[in-house]
Amino acid sequence: MATGQASLPPLDVTRAPEGGEIGPIQSGWRLALREFMSNRLAVTGVAILLFFLVFCFLGPYIYHANLLQTDLINAHDPPGAGHPLGTDTQGFDVLGELMKGGQAALEVGFFAAFIAITVGSLVGAVAGLAGGLVDSALMRITDVFLAVPFLFVVLILAIRYGASVLSLSLVFGLFAWQVPARLVRAEVLTIRERDFVLAARTAGSGSWRLIGRHLLPNAFGVVVVNVTFQVADAILAIAYVGFLGFGLHYPNVDWGDMLSNGTTYITDGYWWLIYPVGICIVLTVMALNFIGDALRDSMDVRLRRR
Amino acid sequence: MTAYLLRRVGTSIIVLIGISIFVFLLLHAIYPSPARDVLGLKANNAQIAAWNQQHGFDRPVIEQYLTYMNQLLHGNLGYSYADNQTVGSLFAERLARSIYLSGMSLLLAILIALPLGIYQAVKRNSLGDNVLTSAAFILYSMPSFFLGIILIQIFAISFPILNFEASQSTNIWVVVGDWHSMLLPILTLTLITVAAFSRYMRSSSIDVLAQDYIKVARAKGLPERLVLTRHMVRNASLPMITLVGLFLPALLAGNLIVESLFNYQGLGLLFYDSLGKADYPVLLAYTLIGAFFVVLGNLVADFALTIADPRIRLA
Repeated sequence: MATGQASLPPLDVTRAPEGGEIGPIQSGWRLALREFMSNRLAVTGVAILLFFLVFCFLGPYIYHANLLQTDLINAHDPPGAGHPLGTDTQGFDVLGELMKGGQAALEVGFFAAFIAITVGSLVGAVAGLAGGLVDSALMRITDVFLAVPFLFVVLILAIRYGASVLSLSLVFGLFAWQVPARLVRAEVLTIRERDFVLAARTAGSGSWRLIGRHLLPNAFGVVVVNVTFQVADAILAIAYVGFLGFGLHYPNVDWGDMLSNGTTYITDGYWWLIYPVGICIVLTVMALNFIGDALRDSMDVRLRRR
Repeated sequence: MTAYLLRRVGTSIIVLIGISIFVFLLLHAIYPSPARDVLGLKANNAQIAAWNQQHGFDRPVIEQYLTYMNQLLHGNLGYSYADNQTVGSLFAERLARSIYLSGMSLLLAILIALPLGIYQAVKRNSLGDNVLTSAAFILYSMPSFFLGIILIQIFAISFPILNFEASQSTNIWVVVGDWHSMLLPILTLTLITVAAFSRYMRSSSIDVLAQDYIKVARAKGLPERLVLTRHMVRNASLPMITLVGLFLPALLAGNLIVESLFNYQGLGLLFYDSLGKADYPVLLAYTLIGAFFVVLGNLVADFALTIADPRIRLA
């Protein structure tokens, strides 16, 4: 850990007592950003994530592939001219499917994380601020959702209502808010005792204003860290649901479903139906985990190197 | 201590009741009555209404819930109309197989992750630590089915020394003996679990190594081996107890994936098949029982922690 110290320029503030210049105090956010950028894994994670965003959302505009008409003459072709990653058993281009499946994965990931964070922050803030009976009730509800096996309920809902990007995101989000709720509640419990909250109360702020203007912005750090893990979990979840055959279906594509189809032909040696998509899932999730770990390290003042 | 235990049991019961209400209402809203599946497509509305009345599916939801829970507490898990069998007997056929797969994987994962995490903490930032940390990171980000597929490719197709299908025997002792078929499913679930556990074990070991009592042990001249075995291992292992409790939902899900990948006739595969058949009594009972085990597992983990760690003396 100490080896990274040389790369950080010394803070002006700390040098002041020795007679140096007194510079402006650096804001916590800027410090956090600098800490984050000095972490090589974090930068790698951001680069991989940006690559996939460009690949999945801009790629289809540059690389036009047949994803709608079955073409059995050119089915399961190995990678070669015209099809850089080969074709699947329907004759669809694998590279094009990777882009389209990645769109679904990233959309579901970010949307589900957004829902989970929003619901979780509100529940946590209300529970932490209200205390007493409301707090106990909300936390028991959180415990209930924490113990219900997430994948099972998701699958039951997926077979009954069909899977779309929207429905999967809603279900994932509504079953993933428990952890952010606990984190935000713990933050709010300490923040609400601070003087600035007392000052805001004295000035006549109502509970909702207190939550919106003072508590949530100050609990933002723990939320930001959790977001990336939420996105990673949702991308894994849609891969699981897709692999089990309850994910998106034609004309939509999801990575889990692609991998599941490839697995059927594992003994035929159609490796291009399995490994490219598997590696895409692993790289995306890993990039998000890198970013999450680095954010946690850079947000946590106690862990910050000085 | 007793007060803490009582309070902990009390909140667990409240949570269990909450879970049962939530899961029951959810499934009831999706699938109010099996009448249509039992009587077939030709049945008219009057027949369906009569069947519902006869079997109690026309009662108010609260009454149906109470009846169901009463039956559940008396050991009757419901009736699977799709399989024409009680849910209890369906579970009984497969329970031992799932316990073997999950239990063996969990046990192996703990036995591997503990020494691995300690080794990484003691030799931290060495080449070995970095390699293991990277491997854990990749496995941690990998869906279990992809890991399973890679293992199948290597050990069952490229070098065909193991079977790519799990044992199909109905006799649990035959299954246990057939390591040729069971090694890959167990290995898949174990490796995924090790990846999660060893990360925690490493960081908790690093925390313990920085404690004053470790410095004291070293200062009084204890050989490093004894410092580790006597003072560090037990303290560093404590968070694992909580972690195992928290990991139960993931283990259930992992079971579902691995069993369907390797076609292993356990409870996870039963759930998967029931999804396809829309066999809601099985889905309901399995989800409920799974949730009960998660709550129970966390409760047991908390108790075990208060016993194993004398510093925790909650009033």
